Amino acid sequence: MKKEYSIEQLKGIATQARRDVVRMVHGCQSGHPGGSLGCADFLTALYFKIMNHNPEFNMDGIGEDLFFLSNGHISPIFYSVLARSGYFDIEELKTFRKLNSRLQGHPTTHEGLPGVRMSSGSLGQGLSVAIGAALTKRLKKDNSLVFSLHGDGELQEGQIWEAALFAPAKKIDNLVMTIDVNGQQIDGSTEQVLSLGDLEAKWKAFGWDVINMNGNDMEEVVPTLQSVRERAFKGKPICILMKTNMGHGVSFMTGSHKWHGIAPNDEQLHVALNELQTNLNDY
Amino acid sequence: MARYTYTEKKDTRSGFGAGLLEAGKKNENVVALCADLVGSLKMEAFIKEFPERFIQTGIAEANMMGMAAGMTIGGAIPFTGTFANFSTGRVYDQIRQSIAYSNKNVKICASHAGLTLGEDGATHQILEDIGLMKMLPGMTVINPCDYNQTKAATIAIAEYEGPVYLRFGRPVVPVFTDPDQKFEIGKAWLVRQGKDVTIIATGHLVWEAIQAAEKLEEEGIDAEIINIHTIKPLDEDAILKSVGKTGCIVTAEEHNKIGGLGESVARLLTTTKLVPQEFVAVNDSFGESGKPAELMTKYGLDAENIILKARKVISRRTLFL
Repeated sequence: MKKEYSIEQLKGIATQARRDVVRMVHGCQSGHPGGSLGCADFLTALYFKIMNHNPEFNMDGIGEDLFFLSNGHISPIFYSVLARSGYFDIEELKTFRKLNSRLQGHPTTHEGLPGVRMSSGSLGQGLSVAIGAALTKRLKKDNSLVFSLHGDGELQEGQIWEAALFAPAKKIDNLVMTIDVNGQQIDGSTEQVLSLGDLEAKWKAFGWDVINMNGNDMEEVVPTLQSVRERAFKGKPICILMKTNMGHGVSFMTGSHKWHGIAPNDEQLHVALNELQTNLNDY
Repeated sequence: MARYTYTEKKDTRSGFGAGLLEAGKKNENVVALCADLVGSLKMEAFIKEFPERFIQTGIAEANMMGMAAGMTIGGAIPFTGTFANFSTGRVYDQIRQSIAYSNKNVKICASHAGLTLGEDGATHQILEDIGLMKMLPGMTVINPCDYNQTKAATIAIAEYEGPVYLRFGRPVVPVFTDPDQKFEIGKAWLVRQGKDVTIIATGHLVWEAIQAAEKLEEEGIDAEIINIHTIKPLDEDAILKSVGKTGCIVTAEEHNKIGGLGESVARLLTTTKLVPQEFVAVNDSFGESGKPAELMTKYGLDAENIILKARKVISRRTLFL
């Protein structure tokens, strides 16, 4: 699937995906709206414009670009984008986090939800997984790309840095990791909780091809993600430092760690949906 | 009565190395990863034959497990290699989420398990790994007993779809099983028929059980030995059939008595056929430095202790009649 959506159409889909996120989290009064809203533009661009992928899901994905969500708590936006790009019926979004659902709190392969290739939620594991998938693509001479998404708080996990060391050393150059740099985590700002320092300098020093991107501007997200096809297969893995606002698109949720993992009440939902107007349909 | 002899001693890890090479020849999807312990895991032959299918991860076991999980996507069959301690306890959450819960076709191959690692001491002698691995839903747990069985098990797990924990050891031990054996996952091996007591043994303790049975025979005690190489899934039928005949059981393993094979057997017996059981296992402690044989004696993981426990369990059997 790779359709010729315009930037304006992609903006509309991202707004609809944000509506899905707040409605899903409201529906079960549980989940993580902040990071989900911040990453809506990125995931929409990836699934509707950038990746070569087939919603007729096949685990091995041979000949397809693959995506791994390492910060699994932003499952609402992942599920919305998967459903709206054709992996499963959008009506299933209403089952999010409810008993007997395939849409578990954190994504899993265990319930057989199409589009999910790896369980995530326990942080720091997805970069290793993405490198592994990239290694098999290289072994099988499959020239498609592997994408992954990570939270910035997640970089506090040690496994990330094992993987950060490995990928450039072994020239894994069919890999594009993106870090959602929203500067927030559960207990406060990343600066307060455990400063990440100069991320650009760190990833460059490890040997990655580093790109900076405003993740909440579709006009910038699309061409930046398109550019990775040119930068791939040149001996270095690619790291996109994606600046976003946690909660982007809903004014009262924007920029605060307080909306990392709580659900809006009825009144807050009403306000949020009023700010997220589209000509698409809700589930 | 089956008699077992041996003409040579070899390490089970070399059986793994030979099996890995064979599995690699049979299936081009077999790949190997190692965290800086190529020599210890006997992976050299595989690496020489298939250099492009080997990944040296460096001393980074968490990353190795995650990469192995990712490599399955696209059809590779990854075999990870490091010591048992670093294959399990160190990377438990990586295995739990990325391999077991994600049901990935990864073969976690663990050498230097248990006390027989020897002089390096307790930091490296994991005695909890069987318990850790068997608790994970969907995980197959295998602990073969000699070179030939380890080689056959390594080839068999490459042909099986799903996560596997394969545990083997460092020291040279008698080679007494059939070099051409067909390894069936989950199928116990009846080593020796007997009627007075069932001895269930795994790994290095199988040879000790054979030695014990021969001495018990001199006392007029006819011991049946079952080799449980697959701790999960457990061959419950084989165990129940045997205790139906003998009415008592000794379990023997190079592992903590908590969480090991013995506990799996106890769970089976308490819910089906209650018979007295004795444990030959480490008594909830860490190990220590020493020669492998010295450690096995000190911690009671030898033929002598199997004999003592067999006598004891036979005496307790009357209480259940």
